[in-house]
Amino acid sequence: MEKVRTNLLMCAGTGCVASGTPKVRAALQEELEKRGLADEIKIVLTGCNGFCAEGPVMLVYPEGIFYQKMTVDEMPKLVEEHFLKGRPYEKLLYKEPEKKHAIPAMNEIPFFKHQVLRVLRNKGMIDPDSLEEYIARDGYMAAAKALTEMTPADIIKVVKDSGLRGRGGAGFPTGLKWEFASKSVADQKYMLCNGDEGDPGAFMDRSVMEADPHSVIEGMIIGARAIGSSKGVIYVRAEYPLAVKRLQKAINDCHEKGLLGEDIFGSGFAFDLEIYLGAGAFVCGEETALMRSIEGKRGMPRPRPPFPAHKGLWDKPSVLNNVETLAQISPIILHGAEWYRTLGTEKSAGTKVFALTGDIKNVGLVEVPMGIPLKTIIYDIGGGMKNKKKKFKSVQMGGPSGGCIPMGLIEIPVTYEDVVKTGAIMGSGGMVVMDEDTCMVSTAKFFLEFTADESCGKCTPCRIGTRVMLDMLTDICEGKGKDGDIEILEDFSRDVIATSLCGLGQTAPNPVLSTIRYFRDEYESHIKDHWCKAGICRNLCSFHINEELCKACGACLRACPQKAIVGEKKVPHRIIQELCIQCRTCYDTCKFGSIEIGPAAVKEKKEPAMK
Amino acid sequence: MARLTIEDLKKIKDKQKATFSLREGGYRAKVTVHMGTCGIAAGAREVMTVLLDEIAQSKAEDVITTTSGCAGLCAREPMVTVELLNKPPVKYGDLNKEKIREIFKEHVLGGNPVEKYALVVGSETTY
Repeated sequence: MEKVRTNLLMCAGTGCVASGTPKVRAALQEELEKRGLADEIKIVLTGCNGFCAEGPVMLVYPEGIFYQKMTVDEMPKLVEEHFLKGRPYEKLLYKEPEKKHAIPAMNEIPFFKHQVLRVLRNKGMIDPDSLEEYIARDGYMAAAKALTEMTPADIIKVVKDSGLRGRGGAGFPTGLKWEFASKSVADQKYMLCNGDEGDPGAFMDRSVMEADPHSVIEGMIIGARAIGSSKGVIYVRAEYPLAVKRLQKAINDCHEKGLLGEDIFGSGFAFDLEIYLGAGAFVCGEETALMRSIEGKRGMPRPRPPFPAHKGLWDKPSVLNNVETLAQISPIILHGAEWYRTLGTEKSAGTKVFALTGDIKNVGLVEVPMGIPLKTIIYDIGGGMKNKKKKFKSVQMGGPSGGCIPMGLIEIPVTYEDVVKTGAIMGSGGMVVMDEDTCMVSTAKFFLEFTADESCGKCTPCRIGTRVMLDMLTDICEGKGKDGDIEILEDFSRDVIATSLCGLGQTAPNPVLSTIRYFRDEYESHIKDHWCKAGICRNLCSFHINEELCKACGACLRACPQKAIVGEKKVPHRIIQELCIQCRTCYDTCKFGSIEIGPAAVKEKKEPAMK
Repeated sequence: MARLTIEDLKKIKDKQKATFSLREGGYRAKVTVHMGTCGIAAGAREVMTVLLDEIAQSKAEDVITTTSGCAGLCAREPMVTVELLNKPPVKYGDLNKEKIREIFKEHVLGGNPVEKYALVVGSETTY
């Protein structure tokens, strides 16, 4: 028997695979073999580690050293330095941008330091394809406890007491949902998992399914026991092939080992589970539409009541829980409701996973206790703005159903209630950070484009309303906005919210409303002054060179695709407005901040040729 | 394939214990083999191999090994440092196959430092 002295946990989440894990792994393995270390050092592929921006990443245990941005070429040196000679290979260590020295240990990196892992407890710690490694981390002990020592009522009580709320967006208490379904009487009930993650910029569910598929399955077994269901379906979008593959492997292993099927743990309880692939329509994340989709029909919502707890899939009582919610279940069963409540706030207990993207330095996946200040997530964990010279402007939370939170509210604690008060929603946990170069009207337009596209068409206010609003926003961005447009947009928003059937229509105007609420001046300056101060809307801006700041370096002059900039050495440059197409290239090129953005320039139009 | 029982879950967990004490921490003993150029030249590689073999044979699950660079006393290589939980580290020098086996049994498993091979107890002061 060979003793393995070191485990190398390489991230094989979608992000790191895309940035090169397979090739780097092959190179590393080859190098270890060449040095005769292959027997004592083992490479394990794990799910998403969360620090996607730095991928491919790898953790070395027992030392707990974190390597990032690994490349094939660096592997021989890494093996020689670290695994042969035992000194961390400085070049691949994480470095904090302001500091020169490298930080080797994972728990010293701010990105990881502020996180508390419950949902992601196994991220980067186990091989997601290994049932044994999941079991080694207390896997299926909660299911065993729930099936052999607890009654369905006991399970529901613990989940209710824990204060766990649905992590898919609406935040409905999970225990209550289970209780309703458990009280419904029927010959068949269904336990369903919602893996139809569709918000732009959100990828926490995909990560859980990829990194720890068994945690979802175990949550479903416990939920099924609580409501008295013998059949379950995991609804995953087909765009998540890796998640589907790992879930399927996990389900197969469970069937083989008797963790799914008849008489689990000799308790007499039977539960079967299958995967259903969704085609990627955003509306299928809505529960009634999702159930119609599983039935093979067109995914469209229907009125509630009857609620799914009474009539859901195939008109049988059903519970639909989000991936992240289900992954929280087994620790709650094992450690109890009190333990769960040690983190978070009274009404928002426990932890929440957020996907950080946008103009932020540390793009990735983070899990934090609820109630943590938004500022801590953005500045400490997220590392602040990607471009240090730019100021933070807003963070968009909750995807197309959410809203934009401005700088002034950045101190709020992140809980369901506090986020809703700002006009955004917790949603599934997407956080898109935007810096000062963002046009908020365009941002609202972007999200509305998404919802207008994804509206299923059933309700007129949503189908037509979002389209009309989108046309108005497009007009505003193109300089065709009129006085009174803002008020009409607000009116329309209220109508669409009040008269749409499902969550999609009821929340689609949120990005518009919240940007009007906090950035009304930007709308006004678009409409009245024809001035997009961020310089994003091409028809509504002009670029000028501040002669006092210009160093006459010629950088903008060379970069301009229109040759619209004139100037020579030691003479401040100038932009010829008639030639400028407002492409921003000069603005992004200038190192001295000498390019300023003004309102749309009045240009001499060329006379049409005489006939 | 046999169906898993709750007992099986516990057995699997036990079986994986060594792997996870490596990843989670919570080990009782740590043996550092100094593998700078001097250490490697003096035979540290063989010491490491023997050590891993001993750990495997003893089925010890709470012992981890790691490598580090030159300890500064190149003349006394191969060297290892043995750290038991809540005990000061002990450095050994001039090792060979036999000596490391003895140290492993006496000190790592038994808890008693092998005085005849020990160079020093504790570590240098660092600021």
